[in-house]
Amino acid sequence: MTQAVAEPPLKGPGADERLERQSALRRLLGRPELGALLGAVALFVFFSVVADAFLETSSFSTVLYASSTFGIMAVGVSLLMIGGEFDLSAGVMVTSSALVAALVSYQLTLNVWAGVVISLAVTLALGMLNGILYTRTGLPSFIITLATFFMLAGLNLGVTKAITGNVASDSVRDMDGFDSARAVFARDVDVAGVNVNVTVFWWLLFVAVATWILLRTRVGNWIFAVGGAAASARAVGVPVARTKIGLFMGVAFCAWFSGMHLVFAFATVQSGEGVGNEFSYIICAVIGGCLLTGGYGSAIGAAIGAFIFGMTNKGIVYAEWNPDWFRFFLGAMLLVATVVNLVVRRRVERSP
Amino acid sequence: MTGAAVPREQGSPDAAPLVRLTDVGKSYGSVIALRGVSLEADAGEVTCVLGDNGAGKSTLIKIIAGLHRHDSGTYEVQGEEVAFASPRDALTRGIATVYQDLAVVPLMPVWRNFFLGSEKRKSFGRMDIDFMRRTTHSELAEMGIDLRDVDQPIGTLSGGERQCVAIARAVHFGARALILDEPTAALGVKQAGVVLRYIVQARERGLAVVFITHNPHHAYPVGDRFLILNRGRSLGYHTKEEITREELTALMAGGAELEQLAHELDAAASGGAVAKELAREAKDLGVADS
Ligand SMILES: Nc1ncnc2c1ncn2[C@@H]1O[C@H](COP(=O)(O)OP(=O)(O)OP(=O)(O)O)[C@@H](O)[C@H]1O
Ligand SMILES: [Mg+2]
Repeated sequence: MTQAVAEPPLKGPGADERLERQSALRRLLGRPELGALLGAVALFVFFSVVADAFLETSSFSTVLYASSTFGIMAVGVSLLMIGGEFDLSAGVMVTSSALVAALVSYQLTLNVWAGVVISLAVTLALGMLNGILYTRTGLPSFIITLATFFMLAGLNLGVTKAITGNVASDSVRDMDGFDSARAVFARDVDVAGVNVNVTVFWWLLFVAVATWILLRTRVGNWIFAVGGAAASARAVGVPVARTKIGLFMGVAFCAWFSGMHLVFAFATVQSGEGVGNEFSYIICAVIGGCLLTGGYGSAIGAAIGAFIFGMTNKGIVYAEWNPDWFRFFLGAMLLVATVVNLVVRRRVERSP
Repeated sequence: MTGAAVPREQGSPDAAPLVRLTDVGKSYGSVIALRGVSLEADAGEVTCVLGDNGAGKSTLIKIIAGLHRHDSGTYEVQGEEVAFASPRDALTRGIATVYQDLAVVPLMPVWRNFFLGSEKRKSFGRMDIDFMRRTTHSELAEMGIDLRDVDQPIGTLSGGERQCVAIARAVHFGARALILDEPTAALGVKQAGVVLRYIVQARERGLAVVFITHNPHHAYPVGDRFLILNRGRSLGYHTKEEITREELTALMAGGAELEQLAHELDAAASGGAVAKELAREAKDLGVADS
């Protein structure tokens, strides 16, 4: 094929057709979501067969809810991964964000919306800190965010205990603004007689916005470029540092939203929560076709990854299996997904 | 000898060449990388810079590209002395550089690479994707690369095609002077031919091209002037009329040095056969008088 392209004068109709077919096939294989989509369909059929309860609409709503809570974080995490970086602090950042909102509003007896806004500022600052530490030191983001992960996990527990004398924050259920905030972050919406949590709709919105950014805007171009070849991107004038900091802040924004859901769904926040979830988000992104090495992936893929995550999580319960198996399944799927990714990448990046 | 360049018949009001370096020097700490080097690159001309490894070729183009500042001598663009702070500055003066690594992102489609960093936008920050696709296709077609699919990742193109995309990108974004750092070094005969043809096309479009290479067989057919560097010094600056392919090759091969090496080996008396071989080679190259 290389030779056919290198010789433009050679324009037999046969050669053209062969080229066309080959690139169409490659484009299909090149879709980051393809493997995840096939996997999701297979899992759906599988659980429909083995678990009778799985096909009930209320179960499906539960699956969607579980998917959305991970899926919202997977949006930010997948964009960051396409941009070539990790954020191991993402899991505990959700808890930090929730704690800030709950503690600030309760301790200062403010309207909870004040807590929501302060939490947004604090969480975005945390994301920015991750980004600035990364761009200034040039250390791997893995190390930087591992450090902030431990610091945040410690702060969550330490500060909460120091303020409340307890491992959980005080309930904000009776405070001003709780009901309106709950309506935004944690309400159940009635869809044709089935209760669907509002997070599902937020999730879909975030995925749509992220997809639009990635594919249709200049910033999206930059995200792919800084993940694929940062030095090259810099050489042609892409603001690499700003793009990466923005991506870390994107994760922080998702963490803030997820944190607000926690606060207004449960009214109190357990300060030890969130540890380990960062890996779940990464798994969603990777199952969805994002390359660990950056430069390749999609937000829709990450959404499908989150859906697979939610289906497996709840499907095992509906099948009445021991939930201990969930992790095994997750690990196995991660392995399969990474191998599929590897094959796809080799195909796409095939050197002449 | 250098001043003998015949004034071009171009009707431009400013007779000054697009790029002119006079007695430029550059050192990295105690390493003197470049000393007293002069060069001119005019519109519609290809200036070749030849030299062995470490001769200072890359240093020279980094000065032209705005990546490094020269320590001595002058650098003029259209007769106006400049001191660029960054490659961006050079770019706004129309001086574009295609580095050896090409600055492309292998996994991204050709058209996204083509416009990377200079994306065309519509309202609300949306990119004008149709325009960028069409432009990429037509710009490449104009250079003789007929891509079926501008959506294919640029990593799937051959080395020569990638080089051409990088050059076409520089040309499209208004380059008036094009600096190419060893564009043919990693390529096979055929692919190198594609790039050389492309260099000629750029010249015909009226660009000033500075072409760095250590292959005189690539330089001679396309070059109008030749600057030969050796250990940071100019070993000669010739127009095509002044020099034959054989003389250029001999200069490049460093015939005088070969001779000296032969003497040294002789003295060491350990490699008589090698020394004789080298001496013969040096004589064959005929560099006694240059
Ligand atoms: N950043 C630097 N710091 C110190 N010395 C340098 C630096 N860059 C280049 N040099 C030295 O300057 C000299 C010229 O290097 P340069 O890269 O310009 O050579 P070159 O002609 O491009 O060689 P090649 O054909 O191998 O690319 C070399 O001796 C090199 O070691
Ligand atoms: Mg070099």
